[in-house]
Amino acid sequence: MREVVVLSGKGGTGKTTVSGSLAVLASNKVMADCDVDAANLHLLLDPVLKSSSPFYGLKKATINHEKCLGCNLCIHLCRFDAIGPGFVVDPVLCEGCAVCYHACPCGAVEMIEHVAGYLFLSETRYGPLVHARLGIAEDNSGKLVAAVRKEARRLAEEEKKELIITDGPPGIGCPAISCLSGADLVLIITEPTFSGRHDLERVLELAKHFGCRAAVCINKWDLEPENSRALESLCNRYSVPLVGHLPYDESVMEAVKSGRPVIQECSGPMEEGILALWDKLKALLELR
Amino acid sequence: MKVAVCAQDNHIDARVDPRFGRCPYFIVVDLDSGNWEGVQNTGTQSSGGAGVQTAQLLVNRGVNVVLVDRIGPNAIEVLGRAGIQVYGGIHGTVSQSLESYRQGKLTILSRANSPSHGGMGRG
Amino acid sequence: MIIAVASGKGGTGKTTVASSLALVAAEKGEVWFLDCDVEEPNGHIMLKPHWHRKETVRVPVPEINREKCTLCGRCAEVCAFHALVVLPQEVMLFPTMCHSCGGCWHLCPAGAISPGWREIGRVEEGSSGKIGFVHGRLNVGEAISPPLIQAVKKRIRPGVLNIVDAPPGTSCPVIRAVEGADFCLLVTEPTPFGLHDLKLAYEMATQLGVPCGVAVNRSDGNDDPVRQFCHTNNVPLLFQLLQDREVARGYARGIPAVEVRPEWKEHFSALLAFLEKEGYARCAK
Repeated sequence: MREVVVLSGKGGTGKTTVSGSLAVLASNKVMADCDVDAANLHLLLDPVLKSSSPFYGLKKATINHEKCLGCNLCIHLCRFDAIGPGFVVDPVLCEGCAVCYHACPCGAVEMIEHVAGYLFLSETRYGPLVHARLGIAEDNSGKLVAAVRKEARRLAEEEKKELIITDGPPGIGCPAISCLSGADLVLIITEPTFSGRHDLERVLELAKHFGCRAAVCINKWDLEPENSRALESLCNRYSVPLVGHLPYDESVMEAVKSGRPVIQECSGPMEEGILALWDKLKALLELR
Repeated sequence: MKVAVCAQDNHIDARVDPRFGRCPYFIVVDLDSGNWEGVQNTGTQSSGGAGVQTAQLLVNRGVNVVLVDRIGPNAIEVLGRAGIQVYGGIHGTVSQSLESYRQGKLTILSRANSPSHGGMGRG
Repeated sequence: MIIAVASGKGGTGKTTVASSLALVAAEKGEVWFLDCDVEEPNGHIMLKPHWHRKETVRVPVPEINREKCTLCGRCAEVCAFHALVVLPQEVMLFPTMCHSCGGCWHLCPAGAISPGWREIGRVEEGSSGKIGFVHGRLNVGEAISPPLIQAVKKRIRPGVLNIVDAPPGTSCPVIRAVEGADFCLLVTEPTPFGLHDLKLAYEMATQLGVPCGVAVNRSDGNDDPVRQFCHTNNVPLLFQLLQDREVARGYARGIPAVEVRPEWKEHFSALLAFLEKEGYARCAK
């Protein structure tokens, strides 16, 4: 079984658009949406929810006012300013470090289970989809991302699937890092903009830092061909193969608007581009 | 000489678990006496840093050798510094893996063969 | 006054809107641009500041005094983030996992741990014409961004307009960027992705008690779902920027939208007038 993780650094470069099309083209696979902060893949795949389960974050502190003597030690020690007047803990600011719990001389602090989000398992006409929703203001620690990937892996093993397509989160922080462990290939979607180039370099650096095999696809490459050439030389510098060139195509917006994977709505260079990308990925992943 | 094996269940014939930090049990075998015991891995419940916490558990248990399939960089660093040898690439059951180890068929790991989950940040 | 520019979804045009707003506002008075998307800062590409100052941002991490340490194991036991391991001969620290909570140095029974310092990124300050510019840049491989976001926000100037470009999403880093703002401009695009993530971003701003308004980017003139959302929730729909290949090309080359389409300045002037009229400007901190 193989896993390809689609990342981009910068948001809005077409990660989900590409993942959605790969989901149509690949057979015998599981999809995982690891952008738990703003999950979108389900909007293209028309899923039927089969089950959902709560996801627990780090336990958060609460103060039992009957036991509290008002010594202020917890307020003094809390580096996150999470304990306010009247010894009330702000759950948004509390990071769950439990320093107050350990330090309180009268045992007035309790650490309470806390639901930070939900993990979903859905069925789509393209195969199973694992996705999640992190609660607002929650800690996007990468733990929910890891839970999504673990569930996808379990399903893939159970149902003897040969591929997992993981739509990754933007950025290069914890959630993106969580997507790299054990992935067979990181497909980076970039665009020929200055910010695209800037962010591509940071993601390539990240993949290198964690020793992950990467490949790059340039979306909207014809928007600024000169910038696309700069992206190509950046890939050369990192010895990372360029596996796709997708054109700037306003029909992409139409496809997304109608909530369908682009490969089903496009024709001409866009369709050819996506098919060629898939062929190269299959070769890199050694799929049939 | 104590050898720990990542296992899916609390039994000497259980299937091995491919993960280190989040495997549910370790089967710890005393090669001198042949006795084994199952150790529940408390790291599986941890919110990040599971590999490190699991390595701490094995250090505290006085284990000398660990047999794994995959292991991340933080965990292997801890085990290495504690003088615990790590052998990789196990499959099948716990007893099969022990047999491969006895026959010298496993390779010693000096580096991680699985990237870190990168800990858990506020990020 | 502090205006945060946010969007649930990445790539909707946050930086396009924020940089154009800064350029238009600079024609009228002092303005500061603070890029809080420290994982992928992009504002400088549009505004091309001259840098004046760089400063590293450091967070406290445990430093262990081996003479005093008794290897009792208490630090590893209290560390909720599993950043510490106690081995038979030494204590090991995994610095990127540390949240700087201070538990280990407060609770070590031997007094063997003290806070040391570790760099996580840097804050760079400069100016672009009349715009004051600040951004944070997280070191690659670092997982924890909020302390860096807070370091950027320390540069907020009282009494003038501060534009905060927030990271995408609705989790912790976004909260750090948007909290304390007088108004939050939510940028969206007229797709199901854009609308889905707009709803999340609106919930986030509401939860923080920050009043907000919506701007649609890459509009094709048919924005009914967004319009309906705004109507239902009584959120002002402030302006729409049309889908425009020339603007997209300008963005690609680092040219702000209002320089490619000067007529778009009207939208931003109208936004500033709206903020003035609604009294958000009076909330100046």
